[in-house]
Amino acid sequence: MSETPRPLAELRNGTAIPRTAVPSLPPEEFRRRVVESIQSGWRLVSYFGGQGSPENPDASVELVAVLADDFEGRLVVAATTLTGPQPRSPSITPDATQAHLFEREIAEQFGVRFDGHPWPKPVRFAEPFSRSLAKEARATPAPRVGITEFFRMEGEEIHEVAVGPVHAGVIEPGHFRFQCHGEHVFHLEISLGYQHRGVEEAARGGPTKLTLHQIETAAGDTTSGHAFAYCQNLEALAGVTPPPRAQALRGIALELERLANHSGDLGALAGDVGYLPTASFCGRLRGDFLNATAAICGNRFGRSLFVPGGMRFDLSATEAADLREGLATAGEELAAAIDLLWRSPSVMARFEGTGALRPDDCLDLGLVGVAARACGVERDVRQDHPTGIYQFAHIPVAVAHGGDVLSRAFVRSLEIKRSLEFIRERLGGLPEGGVGDRLGIDRLAPDRIAVSLVEGWRGEVCHVATTDARGRFARYKLTDPSFHNWLGLAIAMREQQISDFPLLNKSFNLSYSGHDL
Amino acid sequence: MLKAILARVRQGHRTMRYPDLPPPAMSSRFRGRPRIDPSRCPDGCRACVDACPTDAIRIEDIPRVDLGRCLFCTDCLDACPEGAIGHSPDHRLATRGREELVVAEGEELVLAGALDARLRRLFGRSLQLRQVSAGGCNACEADVNVLGTIGWDLGRFGIRLVASPRHADGLLITGCVTENMRDALVETYAAVAPPKIVIAVGACAISGGPFFTNPQQLGGAGGILPIDLHIPGCPPHPLTILDGLLRLLGRMEGD
Repeated sequence: MSETPRPLAELRNGTAIPRTAVPSLPPEEFRRRVVESIQSGWRLVSYFGGQGSPENPDASVELVAVLADDFEGRLVVAATTLTGPQPRSPSITPDATQAHLFEREIAEQFGVRFDGHPWPKPVRFAEPFSRSLAKEARATPAPRVGITEFFRMEGEEIHEVAVGPVHAGVIEPGHFRFQCHGEHVFHLEISLGYQHRGVEEAARGGPTKLTLHQIETAAGDTTSGHAFAYCQNLEALAGVTPPPRAQALRGIALELERLANHSGDLGALAGDVGYLPTASFCGRLRGDFLNATAAICGNRFGRSLFVPGGMRFDLSATEAADLREGLATAGEELAAAIDLLWRSPSVMARFEGTGALRPDDCLDLGLVGVAARACGVERDVRQDHPTGIYQFAHIPVAVAHGGDVLSRAFVRSLEIKRSLEFIRERLGGLPEGGVGDRLGIDRLAPDRIAVSLVEGWRGEVCHVATTDARGRFARYKLTDPSFHNWLGLAIAMREQQISDFPLLNKSFNLSYSGHDL
Repeated sequence: MLKAILARVRQGHRTMRYPDLPPPAMSSRFRGRPRIDPSRCPDGCRACVDACPTDAIRIEDIPRVDLGRCLFCTDCLDACPEGAIGHSPDHRLATRGREELVVAEGEELVLAGALDARLRRLFGRSLQLRQVSAGGCNACEADVNVLGTIGWDLGRFGIRLVASPRHADGLLITGCVTENMRDALVETYAAVAPPKIVIAVGACAISGGPFFTNPQQLGGAGGILPIDLHIPGCPPHPLTILDGLLRLLGRMEGD
């Protein structure tokens, strides 16, 4: 007869619960429960380590997993505590692939050994958190970036192509190793960490006056996505709700960020297959959406627009009307520019069937955002775990079923239409009232855990905050959608031509800084 | 094909006439150089200094702002009890030297002067730059990329961003320079044939930006490479970047 298992702690997106409400399970039970949840359809949205635990501050590492049931809109939290100077734990990865990078990250940050992890390699080639403790825990000397044992194929005429960290374009650094036979790619390994600036480590003990600015620039093209997630966490921890007008403006800012990036991506995809009309038009129109954000706050990327407690800027009725009109024009021009793509056989021939991911791989890897929806996986925080304005204004989820470059382009084009429509409606009738007062940074409740999910333009942005007894961050965990999706790009590259890599890479357009933090 | 031609006609000619004509209108909320009115500072007040996330403000006799550290955010404005701080609408911010970025109220910002005659002869009408992101968040990178779009058309000034340091006359650096990018940046610089120039774009590349206290980075490129042009901002507006590049090449004289 089996016992009824202890229920895991449950919370909704954008809320906080006491840390004591999260049961600390024995490591083996923790592993089993997480694996069982994932096998029954839950998704690992975050999984991280922290030093000590509220119940056992002398423990070397506490592991916390946050799981989502996207169909029911539920989030649960499980935790376990590892003790001893050489903390180790059985690996989840062999039974749940989507844990692979989280476990590698915990190993790097806290010196935990995951027994049975198939690929225990560095993630960012970073020094561990709390250098003194972790230096003892670490068996090997500090890693040097890019120096690791790459997967290698041997055989006559098999060759290896190494690219980066400095690439040909104006793009962030990363290292890519292809195992090829001629043009044909068997395998791609992606090694990152070059952009590691220590965002998470700097947030510990915070928030400080720097924290919001580091979060805004964690991935600069997702300023609104990350700032939104951060503000939502701080508000949950302070028990404050931003006024309706601020919530509407947050939705507008988040969708403007999506419009700018999606239109830029469609232009760049056109450019990568040599179709210059759409490349030129979209390159310019992307600027119109960035300028729309600048019209609200003076900065094209939305810096200082979001503040904990509300929004730093408001729109007058005239400004809202002007913005609405400007976006209508840009939207029409953009629709015409995108339409050319679908009508050009030379474009379609390059997009269709290139870099197709199977839905099963997408689910196994735990992909999020555009990449997942292009595999037919209906996964969107705005629908599944809505907060703020998204509880009242629903945006239909855009999906396509090919898993290829075409599907990733097509999902973007659908989302452009729907985001434009959403913004048009919001600007047509902003709620009355103020946009909120900025919260002091000393207002956070002690000993809480808060989870905040936001559907950024690439996909799910996840922030988890835990506070200590003084109401300071014991841990602030950021997960950019890129963290989930980089392996998706590597898998999509298999059996492709190496000359299609730029096109495939752009179709995912993942963040290096968001991954490296 | 007809559709493409029709779309081309409808989209029209979009390259701006700047610098021959005034630049396109900026957002009325554009945040340029912070201006602090010292006549309104109460005795002993340090509210702006304490609020600034990057320690960009110092009070000697009057407040001085280090534009190389400034994120052009709103934290000092919001902290000032007198409302004595605002942002200038002027997009022109680039300087040659690092110390010229530190300005007090009432002082003119010494905008970047041109390269010397020899370098100007070499690069004045053809400057090829290799961009290196070394801990940049992709915002500076994005607004450098924008200069290549049809609205800005950087190529009409003879300036190009090239694929290899071997093709380049210099580097354009973004990012706070992470420990993990230090070697790659130094090697990329070494691969550029002399004479060569270095341009630091954004608060990170100049001072470390919002990451200036983090041990994982070097506080910008200035400690390891000689910088010929500083373009402040977080990120700088494309117009600020273009203005800086054109000044360096001596093509904005009389402005």
